[in-house]
Amino acid sequence: MNVVAKPKLARNIGSYLLLTVLALVVLAPFFIGLWTSFLPTMQIAKGNFLSTDLSFQNYIDAFTQTPILHYLGNSLVISTVTMFAQLLFCSMSAYAFVFLDFKYKRSLFVLVLATMMLPFEAEIIPNFSTVKAMGLLNSYSVMIIPFLTSAFGIFMLRQSFKQMPAELKEAADIEGLGHLQFYWKIVMPYNRIPLITLGAYSFLGAWNQYLWPMLTTFSNSFRPVQNGLRQLQSEETFNDWGMIQATAAIVVIPTLIVLFVGQHYFKSGANEGAVK
Amino acid sequence: MLKSPASGSSTAPINQAETKAKIEASEKDFSLNAKDKYYALLFLGPSLLILGVFIFYPMFKTLYLSLFLTNTVGKPTVFVGLSNYINLLTSADYLNSLAVTMVYVLAVTALTIALGLLLASLASKKLAGIGIFRTLFSSTMGVSVSVAAIFWLFIFNPSTGFLSLVSTWLHLPMIGWLTDPMWAMVAVIITTVWMNLGFTFLILFGAIQSVPTTLYEAASIEGASSRFQFFHITIPSISPTLFFVSIVTLIDGFKSFGLIDLMTKGGPTNATNMLVYRIYKDAFYSGNFAQASAESLILTVIIALFTLLQFKVLEKRVNY
Repeated sequence: MNVVAKPKLARNIGSYLLLTVLALVVLAPFFIGLWTSFLPTMQIAKGNFLSTDLSFQNYIDAFTQTPILHYLGNSLVISTVTMFAQLLFCSMSAYAFVFLDFKYKRSLFVLVLATMMLPFEAEIIPNFSTVKAMGLLNSYSVMIIPFLTSAFGIFMLRQSFKQMPAELKEAADIEGLGHLQFYWKIVMPYNRIPLITLGAYSFLGAWNQYLWPMLTTFSNSFRPVQNGLRQLQSEETFNDWGMIQATAAIVVIPTLIVLFVGQHYFKSGANEGAVK
Repeated sequence: MLKSPASGSSTAPINQAETKAKIEASEKDFSLNAKDKYYALLFLGPSLLILGVFIFYPMFKTLYLSLFLTNTVGKPTVFVGLSNYINLLTSADYLNSLAVTMVYVLAVTALTIALGLLLASLASKKLAGIGIFRTLFSSTMGVSVSVAAIFWLFIFNPSTGFLSLVSTWLHLPMIGWLTDPMWAMVAVIITTVWMNLGFTFLILFGAIQSVPTTLYEAASIEGASSRFQFFHITIPSISPTLFFVSIVTLIDGFKSFGLIDLMTKGGPTNATNMLVYRIYKDAFYSGNFAQASAESLILTVIIALFTLLQFKVLEKRVNY
């Protein structure tokens, strides 16, 4: 060790101090939001940020006066269906690219890869006309159908499928397993970690959609939570900061819990992937 | 939302690097059956249909529309060649949008990477209870765009917001966050960086963890300071990941829409009128679908270029 190094304890205290300050900075928006969600809007408007007049009233108001639960339900439906659809269709496509032999396989794969370069945000004009012509506007389907598959998911699963030991396929052939059986009974279980990862990402991706649902949904019956929160702010409740913060907390708290709990599993998942 | 998955896949192949020849050989082993093409249709059909209808067709349609004038319902009327593009690239308004998007994207990427690196290197220290900090630093990953906007809109709110309160307490001059063109941009940048931080931290932290400890041990024996170790061991070892995260952040920045719509609506005086927001406004508010199509195509070209760059890095990493 370096002779001029500070004593270990002092250095550690310095590190802890820096870590704590940074953690506080990163968490500050959560704390400020959460704190104001317990304050009456009157106090917030008067600038009494340190008021001790705390209550759950904003939460009661949010649940009873806004469709926040309905928005959450919509997002849950859309994200769950999108996730399962992507797991199915991406894995099927990846299977075809790895285990099947057919004409134009390489060109088709390049074509799929090429779609990763085309941002959906730049294609909203024709896509809007398409879903309008299909009569899909203002429905769950309009937010699910364009995202039933993803070029990225196909690419990612293809990479994983390619790394499966060739003996597995040979054994399956000897056992007389057809493609459907090999896909469902061997390939899918074997690749559960990349599948879980893709599932998490596609769920989050659908959950965070903003532009597309904004264009294609006009009623609270189908509006997902991101656009629902915007809707609440654009209504007269805009200055009702207490309740707005309560709706934000209602949306973010479940996600944070899932994240904290999930991180443990993701970590062990990542390790397993590395050892494999 | 491409950003998260992309980097996930980039780390996997490294661990199980296989030579190209071997992959190709095994691909051949797998191909046995003449009936494969029917299965290929079944397995690949749904994905190709969706990608065709919602990604490929719209790109050509956008290109087509961008060469015409369109009426209010978006039907092409008169062929005008490249004049939509020429009009755009000579309009001060559009060039302003390009410029503010550039400023935003570069600032967001630089700050996200710098802060992510700082948090990741601190969280890599071997201290008791460090796991708590790792969890806290990654927490903004769980924040969606509208929640982030609510948190920060309150912080930046001119009359009752948190920062204006702090300014009053400390007798500091008031800043017109969100009302002053320059500060509105700063506010949007801060919010975006905060949102990006959790994900960037996790990826960079993972990369730092995978640097062989023997490198650090050897450097310590030589008496290298931790600063020296950071710049001469950590940074070079994780440079592929750094580059990769930078491009993902850049691409995401170019696609920014939600925060703009929620926080500034492109204002004040177009100071945050970024490319996607502009497309949305020109098409769905002004009904100028032809011009919006030309803007879409310009955006596509920008993003395609960065994605190609990303593929190059990915390719290198796969063949590591």
